[in-house]
Amino acid sequence: MKIRILVSFKDSVLDPQGQTVMNALHTLGYGFVKNARQGKVFELEVEGLSREQAETAIPELADRVLANPIIEKFSWQVLET
Amino acid sequence: MKFGVVVFPGSNCDFDAYHVLGSVLKQDTVFLWHKDHDLRGCDCVILPGGFSYGDYLRSGAIARFSPLMREVAEFAERGGLVMGICNGFQILLEMGLLPGAMLRNKRLKFLCQFVHLRLEKEETPFTRLGRRGQVLRIPIAHYEGNYYAPVETLEELERGGQVVFRYCDPEGRLSTEANVNGALNSIAGIINRRGNVMGLMPHPERASEAVMGSQDGRLIFDSLVKSLR
Repeated sequence: MKIRILVSFKDSVLDPQGQTVMNALHTLGYGFVKNARQGKVFELEVEGLSREQAETAIPELADRVLANPIIEKFSWQVLET
Repeated sequence: MKFGVVVFPGSNCDFDAYHVLGSVLKQDTVFLWHKDHDLRGCDCVILPGGFSYGDYLRSGAIARFSPLMREVAEFAERGGLVMGICNGFQILLEMGLLPGAMLRNKRLKFLCQFVHLRLEKEETPFTRLGRRGQVLRIPIAHYEGNYYAPVETLEELERGGQVVFRYCDPEGRLSTEANVNGALNSIAGIINRRGNVMGLMPHPERASEAVMGSQDGRLIFDSLVKSLR
């Protein structure tokens, strides 16, 4: 099974990198961009894990390792089964 | 009395700390390899600055899982003295031994410069030779030292008097300009509630000899030596 996890700053945390990206886009004329947030992508290939087990295990590992829950949030999806 | 300096792959201030403790202060000092499971009878553990594991994932995020860190956590639990400098501070935050997290510096710049610090708390084993309000001149060198904590945590830190150092101007005044990395409440260093684990972004080991341009960092190491005596 292939799983994709997205980690980004919580909305309450300032993201200067995202803002810099937005400013660059504005400079290039893409004024329609109203906000940009930058994050990280993880793609995990997992074995011997049922979909049900993944529902527990993936949020657990994302919370413990991939994201720092003080400043970051995450979401995840199954890419391939 | 014995000091231990933990060495991770990517540590680069380990020798500086070892030099100051061993050669300048003439204390029994050993390196502790991150893969070992033994603190070798040390009375104080230093987590040095650098880029442990290349800062992969997040600063300090991988070092936290090094085998030795279990012993360090237990040591801290028993009341042992632990000090994290720069990357070492980031590791303590990731371990949860200290509250909060580090964000990238405001203006997204790596900052390598002398800063002024106001000592906020002298009743700690790390600062007992100082006096409240005293200004120290010590360098910083980091990209992620913009201290952040949720409002409740921040209030708890302030209420509990756990802020040990704040960035300030040479006269000890706080200002947006003096708060070079944008840290909340100008926080440069904090201590846990029990008072045995301290983390700070500035590098006292780079300011402990006249030849280095400042000896203000000695206050911290001398305090530690006195506390352990």
